[in-house]
Amino acid sequence: MSAKMIEIRWHGRGGQGAKTAALLFAETVMATGMYIQAFPEYGPERMGAPVQSFNRISEDPIVIHSGIKNPNYVVILDSSLMESVPITDGIDKTGKVIVNTSLSTSEIAERLDIDTSQIYVVNASKIALETIGKDIPNTPMLGALLKVIGTLDINGVLKDINFKLMAKFRHKPGIVEGNLASIKMAFDKVKN
Amino acid sequence: MRKEEDKKLTAAELPIGGIVEAGTAVNFHTGTWRSQRPVWNRDKCISCLICWISCPDGSIKIVSDEKRTSFVDGIDYDNCKGCGICAKECPTRISAITMEQEKK
Amino acid sequence: MIKTVYSKGNLVAKTGNEIIAEALRQIEPDVMAAYPITPATEIVQIFSQFVADGIVKSEYVAVESEHSAISATIAASAAGARAITSTSSQGLCLMWEMLYIASGLRLPIILAEVNRAISAPININADHSDTMGARDSGWIQIYSENSQEAYDNMIQIIRIAEEAKLPALVAMDGFITSHCMEVVEIYPDADVKAFVGEYKPERYLLDVRRPYTLGSIDLQDYYFEHRYQLAQAMRDARDIVLDVAEEFKKTFGREYSFYEKYMLDDAEVAIVIIGSTAGNVKAVVKELREKGIKAGLLKIRVYRPFPTEQIAKDLAHVKAIAVMDRSDSCSGAFPPVYSDVVASLYSSGILNPKILSYVYGIGGREFCGEQIVNVYETLGKVASGLEKPSNRIEYINIRIE
Repeated sequence: MSAKMIEIRWHGRGGQGAKTAALLFAETVMATGMYIQAFPEYGPERMGAPVQSFNRISEDPIVIHSGIKNPNYVVILDSSLMESVPITDGIDKTGKVIVNTSLSTSEIAERLDIDTSQIYVVNASKIALETIGKDIPNTPMLGALLKVIGTLDINGVLKDINFKLMAKFRHKPGIVEGNLASIKMAFDKVKN
Repeated sequence: MRKEEDKKLTAAELPIGGIVEAGTAVNFHTGTWRSQRPVWNRDKCISCLICWISCPDGSIKIVSDEKRTSFVDGIDYDNCKGCGICAKECPTRISAITMEQEKK
Repeated sequence: MIKTVYSKGNLVAKTGNEIIAEALRQIEPDVMAAYPITPATEIVQIFSQFVADGIVKSEYVAVESEHSAISATIAASAAGARAITSTSSQGLCLMWEMLYIASGLRLPIILAEVNRAISAPININADHSDTMGARDSGWIQIYSENSQEAYDNMIQIIRIAEEAKLPALVAMDGFITSHCMEVVEIYPDADVKAFVGEYKPERYLLDVRRPYTLGSIDLQDYYFEHRYQLAQAMRDARDIVLDVAEEFKKTFGREYSFYEKYMLDDAEVAIVIIGSTAGNVKAVVKELREKGIKAGLLKIRVYRPFPTEQIAKDLAHVKAIAVMDRSDSCSGAFPPVYSDVVASLYSSGILNPKILSYVYGIGGREFCGEQIVNVYETLGKVASGLEKPSNRIEYINIRIE
């Protein structure tokens, strides 16, 4: 694995948009000039079942087409997954976990049994309810991820997401505004 | 037999994909297969064309007049296999076609 | 920083299925008849949406099975249309008898294939059992490592099939490529249309001025010649593949051939592989080269027609070769790619390379990283004479006992 390559694993439940988040994230990162990959866990999809999706980001072309075993970042869309899914699998001491939760960093660290410095928390569900009006944590978590990675251009990403969502929700500009606001809010509020 | 073999096309000569040109059955004289021949009586025939429709080999010859009405005009003995369907299908009260032993 | 190869190219983030649907939109066939199946469903779904939205003028035929899909495609092609279908796994299996009819009638049908394992047991993930089963059905088979190749192959295969008068399929690995979003360079519609050109069949059934019979009986006296023509057409298609690749390079800038050689020219040990896993192998080859190990890769792109003489020539100098098959032949003998590679070298009088047979990745099982390094290590030992080459199939990443 090249040193420059960033690997991300998303955990969610079927229907929460883990796959969509990975795809949208990849598309927007591509707009900033990087090579990207986004792929779901391969298998039948069932509403509510634990699902995973993945991203690779690199400045060089990505030739690898294998699953991601040692992610640099793990994004948890649903904190209840921490009970049933080994979400810290394969992350090393530098790996970071971003959780959608109302709990504090230290509370999560205790539960996951990893160092507090590796944990980032944001109440993405609350942000989604406030900005979009629905508990769809995937877009705000995108903002949180951008903040934690730190090297990606948030304004470029927001511009691209605006462009993509405008194309998709031409007739519902409110949805676009809400989603953009949720990304910005999570970007600002995510904390270590 | 040897001669027959010589005439067969090679892979290089054959049209690809098993294409067979339309209308080539006319050149294949199945008339030699016949053991019974249909004999058509022009005077009895009312040109109902039931024999023409029924013939599996298209061996009933027809002609059209200026009003585009068709009439039976005989039998194509080059291709008729002598199956007798025309004689069987010809309306009983007309009986314009009868089967006779082929003389060879 | 990402960049285009073609001056008028445009970079997009698309999954394999999405980009194939885009290629089909640009090609705009006369007819598409298909029945959706995982993981190829999206190709048909997206394309049928294009039809419904009036974006393409293609006739979309909704059928009740894959057998009907290929039958409708054959009929459309015979009638004179550029006809396309798409399928995967069990769908390709259900097309079986008609695959042979498409090639026997010499109809240049195109099939967008997504490789998936075959039941039973039911599995929806990638392996090559489906297309390998159809390897001798008279269809041209071109495999893709990633979405870019799938897109480029789709554009090229129209020309190849129509010139060779053979049906042809473009394959990509199920989920790994079909569902993975990547950066793909897409060319302007007009340029793709110009490259693909208009389909002008020599003969077609709806040509009332030159009627003909198609699919008539063909017995002892002619059938053999017709089947020879088919086999010869496949051999002749090799030149067509190269010609089209040459023109593709001139037009769009990307280079293609029968296979891709990755650090192969001076390699002492090499892996021969097909499909998406080639990328994983490339990453390992790069690492091994940095350590001074002369590792190489030959990634087969065109599996049918098989480039026998060329492959023998390009592998002749390699001391030990591992041929990786993503399908098992269940034959007691060896799997398909291995058999073809060995026969190619042996018939060319090249007997020096030690050639090992590996089966990997069945039903979506991974083959990456350390496992690839291990294969190169074994090859190294065989090449230096430290280890005798195995004379049976070696299975990778499997629990046998």
